Amino acid sequence: MSAGIDLENVCCDFGSFRAVDHANVSIKPGEFFSFLGPSGCGKTTILRMISGFIEPTQGVIRIGGKDMRGQRPNQRPTALIFQNLALFPLMPVWENISFGLEMRGVSKTERRAKAEELLRLVDLPGAGDKMVSQLSGGQKQRVAIARALAVEPQVMLLDEPLSALDLKLRQHMRAELRAIQKRTGVTFIYITHDQGEALAMSDRVGVMSHGRIQQIADPREIYNNPVNGFVASFVGENNIFSGEVQTSAAGMASFSTPHGSFRARLGDIGGHKVAKLYVRPEHTVISATAGAENAIAATVGDVSFEGNFITVHATSDSGAHLTSEIRNDGSATVPEKGARVFMSFDAARASILQDANERA
Amino acid sequence: MQDLLRRYGTGLTLIMCLLVAFWLLMLVIVPNITLFEQSFRPYLPVSEVGGPRDTYSLGNYAKVFEGHITTSLLGFEFEFPVRVRTFLLTIWYSMVVAGLCLMLAYPLAYYMAKIVNPRSLPTLILLLFIPLWVSEVLRAFAWWIILAFKGPLNALLLAVGLIDDPIRWTNMGYTGVMIGLIYTYVLFMLFPIYNAIQSLDTNQIEAAEDLGAPWWKIHWRIVIPHAKPGIASGSVMVFMLSAGSLLVPSILGSTTSQWFTQTINETFNDALDWNTASAYAFLLLILCTLFVTVAMVLFRVKLSDIAK
Ligand SMILES: Nc1ncnc2c1ncn2[C@@H]1O[C@H](COP(=O)(O)OP(=O)(O)OP(=O)(O)O)[C@@H](O)[C@H]1O
Ligand SMILES: [Mg+2]
Repeated sequence: MSAGIDLENVCCDFGSFRAVDHANVSIKPGEFFSFLGPSGCGKTTILRMISGFIEPTQGVIRIGGKDMRGQRPNQRPTALIFQNLALFPLMPVWENISFGLEMRGVSKTERRAKAEELLRLVDLPGAGDKMVSQLSGGQKQRVAIARALAVEPQVMLLDEPLSALDLKLRQHMRAELRAIQKRTGVTFIYITHDQGEALAMSDRVGVMSHGRIQQIADPREIYNNPVNGFVASFVGENNIFSGEVQTSAAGMASFSTPHGSFRARLGDIGGHKVAKLYVRPEHTVISATAGAENAIAATVGDVSFEGNFITVHATSDSGAHLTSEIRNDGSATVPEKGARVFMSFDAARASILQDANERA
Repeated sequence: MQDLLRRYGTGLTLIMCLLVAFWLLMLVIVPNITLFEQSFRPYLPVSEVGGPRDTYSLGNYAKVFEGHITTSLLGFEFEFPVRVRTFLLTIWYSMVVAGLCLMLAYPLAYYMAKIVNPRSLPTLILLLFIPLWVSEVLRAFAWWIILAFKGPLNALLLAVGLIDDPIRWTNMGYTGVMIGLIYTYVLFMLFPIYNAIQSLDTNQIEAAEDLGAPWWKIHWRIVIPHAKPGIASGSVMVFMLSAGSLLVPSILGSTTSQWFTQTINETFNDALDWNTASAYAFLLLILCTLFVTVAMVLFRVKLSDIAK
């Protein structure tokens, strides 16, 4: 069983500080949804409101269509996995996992059997009698997941559960989490400040900044068509030019900057003229001759080799700092440091955006 | 030690260590050994001390079994050694004091550690500590006044209409002693428990609630097991301090309450029989320690837990 979640105009104030500002999102049953945002942007606060530890100052939270106002965390069909896991150190692993069942009055033999079953699900068979302190970080992680799954929640809420793990284990656990979600069909709401994690795992991502949800879309859309400068620069790298929109037609605009005049897609800049142009380093190409449009003469600076790609840093004649990423597949020639080149980009790959969506 | 040496230099460190050693040796160990040695010798006129009758024996310890009185328990009447009776009652009521202190201190400790706004915590702790600035004697007398026949407590209860006639609080067996001991020692229960609960990660309480635990199960399964070392050390302290308290039972005791420390005190200061008194004192110390050890084994508390 899984349930959808709707947030309607949800706000949360701590004194005069607004931690979450008019959040509107509708999460489908069985969806893997991530909230992505920098530290302190209100991700945990949203999760704690859904699980019932904080009441929203305003707005409605529905789980499975039911208004959750006034429901305590122990009455909601959610299970929260805490940022620090919060396993019970004085109980063996199996009692940790079956704690929720114990609270529901399930007999000991049944609990034990269920714990073993869940331990197999999270790939830790036979660890039931260990103490929590004897487990590694990744194993603790899985015990926390098993403990939350034991109560058969309709919604799993995960608060940066992988942040304490090392890179290899994190990548492994990403796949594992995704597989568990597919197997159980439970709605997952996942919180992270790691954009790679959010893009790799989620069906949809909500990008947050300063308590506001900036964009909700699937990972490709977020990366390829960010709605504003915050989303563009939080999710991935960019070359950025400040400037002014001159003329626009059919979604394209010509944009004048101190570094030259460019053509790019025009995003929603709310009638303003002053904006910024964003283009990804992998869409910035290096060539010996200037193309028809969007070309900047530059001198190559550092060239760093990253394995599967090569990053080229360059400074334009007008003083702008630019980077370009070249795939290391032998198809393109890598320029030498100090070489004179042209950096250019396709107008369809560049967007003119506002900084961020701030509410007046 | 290394740290001490580095901070104060060799000379000052040596002086400090010597002073501590002197204090331990001359003011703690030597007097105790002297009393311990005396407790095995008979009480003799000065002229006979060191004479042929001055031999070691357990005679002083056996004296607790002398002097029977008639007691009744559960409707049975029987003869019982009076000092053993006093001793058992002292142990029993010290346990009751520890138990009542626990019941008072645990909710307050939980409130202080997890519920109260951290900003008002210093004020709360200050309020709890102010009574400690007053000497123990004065506090006991204050309670003596409060509990007096025509005192404020009776006046209040009469005014509210809870009672029709004033109550002789200090003449109801051990009631006055209980009240005094609880008041004097409850903080020794509060702070160990407060420390223990404070070190509990609040997320664990929330995780338990999120998994469906009602509030009392959160306490039973999460908070109390975590606070067990604090509860144990608080209980041991309150029990030992109560059993060893002389002042409170002397001031707030009734005609029917006798504390074992009072028996010891009477033997020392009224009978001037230091030998027997020492024997009683060591008996109290040894049996209380034994009792605490047994209780710790029963409740599966380790000494190292308490030391934390
Ligand atoms: N109980 C509280 N009282 C006052 N302010 C709070 C409280 N909890 C959170 N805040 C504030 O709300 C904002 C959002 O906090 P939140 O914990 O939701 O951030 P987050 O996005 O989860 O960050 P992180 O990635 O660091 O965990 C922060 O600025 C924080 O200071
Ligand atoms: Mg957080």
